[in-house]
This record gives sequence, C-alpha cells and structure tokens, in this order.
Amino acid sequence: MAERTATVASRVGLHARPAAIFAEAAGEYENLEITIRSDGEGAEDGMDAASVLSLMSLGAAHGDKVVLAADGDGADEALDHLVSIIETDHDAE
Amino acid sequence: MEHTQSEINAVQLRYTGVGVSPGRVIAPLIPMAPPVAAPPEGDPLVEEIDGAVERLNDAATAVKAELKERAERARSEAAAEVLKATSLMAGDKALIKNAVKLVRNQSLSPERALWDAATGYADQMRTMGGYMAERAADIEDVRARIVAELRGMPAPGVPQRVEPFVLAAEDLAPADTAVLDPDTVVALVTSSGGPQSHTAILARNLGLPAVVAANGVTDIESGTSVFVDGSAGSVVTHPGAEHEQAVAAWHEASEQLANFDGRGALADGTEVALLANVGTADDAQAAAAAGAQGVGLLRTEFCFLGRDTEPTVEEQTEAYIEIFKAFGSDKIVVRTLDAGADKPLPFLTDTTEPNPALGVRGYRTDWTTPGVLARQLQAIAAAADQTEANVWVMAPMISTAGEAEHFAGLVHAAGLKVSGVMVETPAAAITAEQILDRVDFVSLGTNDLTQYTMAADRMLGSLAELNSPWQPAVLRMIERTAAGAHAASSTSGMHKNVGVCGEAAADPALAVVLVGLGVDTLSMSPRSLAAVAAVLSRVDPEQARTVAQTALDSTSAQEARDTVRAQLPVLEELGL
Repeated sequence: MAERTATVASRVGLHARPAAIFAEAAGEYENLEITIRSDGEGAEDGMDAASVLSLMSLGAAHGDKVVLAADGDGADEALDHLVSIIETDHDAE
Repeated sequence: MEHTQSEINAVQLRYTGVGVSPGRVIAPLIPMAPPVAAPPEGDPLVEEIDGAVERLNDAATAVKAELKERAERARSEAAAEVLKATSLMAGDKALIKNAVKLVRNQSLSPERALWDAATGYADQMRTMGGYMAERAADIEDVRARIVAELRGMPAPGVPQRVEPFVLAAEDLAPADTAVLDPDTVVALVTSSGGPQSHTAILARNLGLPAVVAANGVTDIESGTSVFVDGSAGSVVTHPGAEHEQAVAAWHEASEQLANFDGRGALADGTEVALLANVGTADDAQAAAAAGAQGVGLLRTEFCFLGRDTEPTVEEQTEAYIEIFKAFGSDKIVVRTLDAGADKPLPFLTDTTEPNPALGVRGYRTDWTTPGVLARQLQAIAAAADQTEANVWVMAPMISTAGEAEHFAGLVHAAGLKVSGVMVETPAAAITAEQILDRVDFVSLGTNDLTQYTMAADRMLGSLAELNSPWQPAVLRMIERTAAGAHAASSTSGMHKNVGVCGEAAADPALAVVLVGLGVDTLSMSPRSLAAVAAVLSRVDPEQARTVAQTALDSTSAQEARDTVRAQLPVLEELGL
C-alpha cells in the first residue's frame, strides 16, 4: 500500500473547483482504488478520492493535511501526480 | 382523429400581463417542468435487483452526460462551471455506490435509494455551513434530475429543446436564467414576477419579448401555439392571421431599431448620453460594440460572487482593467460592491437578517466589515491609473448626506477624482441637494427606489402594479432629485450630473419622461440603446417636459403610462 501526505494549497480548501479538478484526475486511474482521508484518521476511514461529494464532505481547508493511499501497479506514480494537484493553488489560476 | 378533435375545440384565449421587453413572436408554449416530488419514504423495490441497479446507473450516466453537454454550450464561463460541477456530482461514484447499497441491502426502489443517498450528502454539507451549505442545493438539484430520469419524466427547470419555444413559468430564478438558451427560447411569459423581476431584466438583456404577471399562462397546455406581444403585455393562444401580420410588422420595425449610432440626443440636438449597464468583461465588449457612450453602471459583484473569501486587490485590479479597456477614454461609472439582500456574500453579509432588503447591504457593509470597500477603491484606482478610462465611482444604498461625505473621503483617499452615490432610497432622493453638496454626481437606481418608495417587494407579482417606475410617487422622487442637483449645481458652480441606471431607462416612453424631469444621462442594457435613441431623437425638450408633467399628475402607474404613450405616437410607429 503506497501512501502520501499532502497539504491543501487552494485558498478555498479542497472543494469547489479544486475538488472537481482533483476528483477528475483521480478518476482517470480506473484500475486503482485511490482513497483520501484527513491526516490522523485511520486507513479504514479512507474515502473514494474520485468522488467529488466525498472530497467535499471531507471539508479539508487551506493548509490542512490529507493522506492519499492506493494499492497496485502504478500506485506510486499516480499518488505523486495527485499530491502535486492538491499542493497547487487552483484558485489562483 | 384525436388531433382534428383538439383543433376543433381550440378556443382562442387571451391573457394580459405587463409587457416588459418589446417584440412579437408566435411559437409553441412550453411550461417550466414542475419540481420533482420525493419518492415515498421506504418505497420498496418492485423489480429484479440487477435490473434496478442497471436503471440507476443508466439514469445517473444520462444526467451526467446531459449536464456535461450543457456545460459545453453554456453562454458564460460561470454557468459552465456550475453545470460542470453538477455533472460531476451526478456521476459521483460514491453517491451511486451508496444508492446501490440501499437497493441491494434494504430493498429500496432505485428512486428512493438515490433520494436517500443524495440527501445524506446534502444534509452533511448543510451542517458544514457557509459555502458548503450553498452546495447542498446543487446536490438536491442533481437528486431531482436523476429521480426524474428514473421516472421517465422531464428534468425539472428550463426545458431543453432544439425547436424554438415560448417559456412559461411562475417566475424565473437567477439559476434558471443562467442555463437558458436564447437560440431556442424566443419569448418569456410568467404568471408572477413584476416589471423588475429577474425575468424582466434577463429578457431585456437577451432582447427577448417578455410578458410578466400574466395570470393563468402556466395553465396553458404544453405545446399550444401562442402569440406573445412584449409591448402590449398580451399572450394569445391559437393565433390567427392578424397575429401573423403583427409579427411581420414587428420584424419590419425592428430593423429600423437594429443600430445605435453612438450619439444620444433629442430632436433639437440636446445631448442625452446613452450608456450601458455592464456586469462582466463580456458585457463590456458587447456594450462597446453596441455603440454605448460609456458605462453608466459597472456592477462589480462579478469579482466577488461565488467566492467565500475576498478577492485580492491585484485580482480585482486586473478584472477592472479588462473592462475599462473596452471603452477607451469614455466615462465609466463604477458602483462599489452591492452585497446583501438578493446578493448575499458569505464573507460580508449576515443571511439570518429577518428583513435583508432593509438590512446591512450595499454601502452599509462597510460598517460591519470595514476594509473591503477601501481595498476595492484601491483596486479601482490602480486600474484607472493603468488605463485611459474616465473613471467615476459611486456607492450603493446611501441614506444620508453624512454617508455621502464619508464615501467621498474614501474615494479621494484612494486617489480617485470623481465621487458619487446611488439614489435608491427616498431618504437620498429628498436630501439630494445636501448629498450633492458633498459629491459630484448621483445615479438613480430606479428598481430599488421604486421598491422603497412604494413599500412593495420587487419580486412579488401580486404587487406588480405598485412596483412600477411609472408610479407618480417614484417620478416625483426623481423630479426632487433632479431639482436638488440643479440647486447644488448653482451653489457650487459645477454641473452635478443626474443619471438613471435602473430598468426604467430602458423603457423608451419612460426615457422621455426621465429627460423631461431633468435627468442628464441614461444607462441601460445595450439591447435597449437603439430603441431609446430612436424615440428621444423624435422629441424636443419642451415636449419631454410636458409629457413628464402629465405623468407626475397621474393617479396611478397605469394612467401615467397610458397618457404618456398616447402623447408619443412614435412608439406605435416603431412597434415599441
């Protein structure tokens, strides 16, 4: 199981446009089950990272840490890519 | 057989409302689809599980695809964003997974399962408050759409069609208007809503004929052919040859009204600058292309709406520059942030106020959240510095000369030269002279001035008659404001400009009255410029004053409008 911790860079937090961008990117990895949870929660609380509703209900604000996890072929590359999305301020674009 | 029968039974029915945007068309009427009712609680599964799951997946996929397709052809970027976000929600994996679980484990019907799963998310968002709470409505919209799809019913909201149609609704909300396609919707008719409702404003922006407050139009059977006259305010079912002629006559007249030469003036040459109301950079381009002599009202909310934090000074500056550039060295009147009432902003306004129209809105937000206004003025000044534009700045919702003085201080401190205020309250209208001793100009926001003078909610169709800028009391407020400006101009030796930037300025008949009352400039939706210019060019100042006096002396809005129109045969001639 590969895991990464990332800090939310968008000022509005991980919802609205940033959440849509992230969920779409996570959804591209169809063969991987990628989960997201707040830092400090157990792995069993991980939610589907490709679900925009799950991301919104996570309520991650600017500066919050989230943990991404995935298992399988290409998991490391996928997570690296997704971390870079979370650590970009999409609101400023 | 059935078809023939219905034709024999076709009785021509006439509905009368208030015409709010000129034009005549004949097209089938399609009503707004009704809201989707919740499936009964615990609604049981009555089909085979796998088939039910498949139906659920298919419905969600269909709704997702439809919303995505609409996002691609949305008119504005903002509308596209909203549609794209809701499209993602419709195809959300977790939502479908939860619903499927309810079908499999609790034997719920797919309709109820989806309803429960979506409600779970919506409730969760609502408890999070603020911006997230607003997204709950988006989830509920998706919920209704998928359930409608499962039932084989039309999606709630504005019907999506390829063929032209007349849209009938009780009233349109801003959210409906964002997804309305002007290529297929050829006229708007509503049973409720007043002349200043969102429907009316939208219709004028799009140049669509519209009739509001026409009781009964929502009961007309879907698909019935109707004739709509947006000047006369009438809707007629099963139109005949005389209606076809009326449509043809309108087409002919409207060609004369297609262009504005960029110079507003009365018959004797007296100039009346005709400016545009603008809310986005796209609007600004369109207004400049339509020949507007500048911007009489730049609504700055576009920088702020849909955000839960204040935009930075740099972001605002860039946005203003883009708009200023469209107008070269012309005048641009910037209205500072007008949040509150029907335009709440999470970081500025308190949505729990019992009476938001009389609450902390417009300029008043500077008392509760100081700093936002000063930073906005800083951004406007920076944008003015970097462009050629002749920038004027005004504050909305002013009630006292003291407020005007304080605002002028902020404007000058930011390095801007010309300060003014909106006259939207009776208080500002009757103290116009004292206000104009402290600022350089005023602009009458007739929509709010009408609502506050007549004590009648803008959005209530039942008060449409009261809520008309034709009301003699409202016209007297305008007269009083112009008189105050005249007095202040004499005292100071400087001309104090009186503009109108409310919907009243877009009505060619009322435009004549406004000029007769002493208004200097008119600002409107760019679509209305040509019609207003055409009528003004046929009237001289003396006639405008006479016409204005008859309006002031009337006993009702209807009488004022009728007597003024009777004195201006040019309106009939141009089909206005």
